Amino acid sequence: MMLVLAAVALWAAGLALNLRLANGPARDHATTRLLVPLIFGATLIGIWELCVRGLGVPRVILPPPSQIAQTFAANLPLLWGDFTQTILKGALAGYVIGCSAAFVTALIIDRSPFLRAGLMPLGNFMAALPIVGTAPILVMWFGFGWQSKAAVVVLMVFFPMLVNCVAGLSDTTAMQRDLMRTYAASWGQTLLKLRLPAALPFIFNGLKICTTLALIGAIVAEFFGSPTLGLGFRISTSIGQLDLGMVWAAILVAAIAGTLTYGLAALVEKRMTFWHPSQRGGR
Amino acid sequence: MSRALPILTMIAAVIALWYAAAVPMNVQEVLTRAERAGAEVSPPTAVERRDQGSWSLVLKNTGLLGESWSLDRPRLPAPHQVVAELYTSTVDEELNGRRGLVNSGSLSNRSLIYHGLVTLNATLLGFLIGTGLGVLLAIGIVHSRVMDMSVMPWAIVSQTVPIVALAPMIIVVLYSVGVQGVIPKAVISAYLSFFPVVVGMVKGLRSPDAMQMDLMHTYNADKATVLGKLRLPASVPYLFASLKIAIAASLVGAIVGELPVQKGGLGARMLAGSYYGQTAQIWAALFMAAALAALLVWAIGAAERHTLRRMGMSQ
Repeated sequence: MMLVLAAVALWAAGLALNLRLANGPARDHATTRLLVPLIFGATLIGIWELCVRGLGVPRVILPPPSQIAQTFAANLPLLWGDFTQTILKGALAGYVIGCSAAFVTALIIDRSPFLRAGLMPLGNFMAALPIVGTAPILVMWFGFGWQSKAAVVVLMVFFPMLVNCVAGLSDTTAMQRDLMRTYAASWGQTLLKLRLPAALPFIFNGLKICTTLALIGAIVAEFFGSPTLGLGFRISTSIGQLDLGMVWAAILVAAIAGTLTYGLAALVEKRMTFWHPSQRGGR
Repeated sequence: MSRALPILTMIAAVIALWYAAAVPMNVQEVLTRAERAGAEVSPPTAVERRDQGSWSLVLKNTGLLGESWSLDRPRLPAPHQVVAELYTSTVDEELNGRRGLVNSGSLSNRSLIYHGLVTLNATLLGFLIGTGLGVLLAIGIVHSRVMDMSVMPWAIVSQTVPIVALAPMIIVVLYSVGVQGVIPKAVISAYLSFFPVVVGMVKGLRSPDAMQMDLMHTYNADKATVLGKLRLPASVPYLFASLKIAIAASLVGAIVGELPVQKGGLGARMLAGSYYGQTAQIWAALFMAAALAALLVWAIGAAERHTLRRMGMSQ
């Protein structure tokens, strides 16, 4: 009971601190912007730990964060193997192939109005479909190895990326295109100097959406069959053994990988599209 | 007509490619059957053929490929086989099956209509929960600076996490505390559909410009009035754009949620099909899921057009 009361006290303290910070004199300072979400997260984890211990929640339902951290630290080599199998081989290969294929397709579509009129509605339609469902078929075709996971990821990222690339390539005004014409610029020059830079915000938007999709595709495909390693395999077998600490450790790996790849994409975006209004600060 | 022609051409091209791809995909099985029937196959044994490329086998045995599009368990079923499977597992099963609607008075548990409805239930329930929570959280974020600064970054981080990895755990854990059926799947659906709604609604609720906010200020309107009369109406177009993404995500969540516990639904059908090598069954379930997604997105689009016209916002 004491621990639950401590959780309530911790919540109140975290909230009070955040209220002070967010409404205080340093409210727009960069440190405050970083500190407030960190305090919020730390408070949540503290409450989780105290409540699980205080209320005596069975370990097979929800393990406390400390136990997850222990399992994570004790199984680093195992989890690293899962990480290379799922993320570095399956998701990354599929992500690179799928996104570059979509980009090339977008360039081809862009040159032909007929293809554009025919493929874009299909692309929009396919982007809304539950493509994860093709995982059993692709696992049957390409075997249990990482190749089938990469194939699922290619299919999942292709259409969202295609739609974004095509939208980006047509995001120039008539005035800008006319200017390029008055310079007698060729198609390649117009593409390189005007339309690709203009398309970058859209392309990065697609790349960011696709990082999450790639991880989802690679992990879900492993539920349909995998060698004896990989994050999806680890999650599904550890659940069978009710080893929830291990499940959460695997999820932690996936979470870190997802956040890092997304953050990396966002960082590159910030560097390359510094001129865009959405990157220039303000609200 | 000018809009339909390119689309129809592309669909025809996809179907033609599909038929063409079915030949090399199924060539091993076709040649094994031809060999058993006594025909002269070019590498004579199945072991030798296994190491050969599909295309070279096709070129060497051009006369023996008649069965490519009519195998029982093909690696890639031809489109008409999938359509036939769709028909037998929906209309035919309900009308003529022993457990079908006509003979037993309830939907057959072997029909895709039944499994589609199971998935649809979870999808819609999860969608409603996710959308409701998303809208509430967005209202909170717009009105409270603390929430904006502390919750929003975590909402974004939570989306870079492959939530679907949590799905089997949520299902199994809820199952072990006695919650089962539609709720665990709906929880996953809700989690996936929640984020697009939060982001869209925060954008929408902040879309009224300074002039409009000032007008409300001169009326001495309180926060609730500003929310009800200005912010919420202004956010409707953003809401609908988010809802279309959310419903598609919600369907994915429901399907993935059906994988660990085999109690019906399109996801369960796909997994069963992959266990027993019934490729036509997987494809039929996949088409059913696609049709469901198209129907849901279309329904939201129709609601969007209708609402925006009534509100005088559509062009």
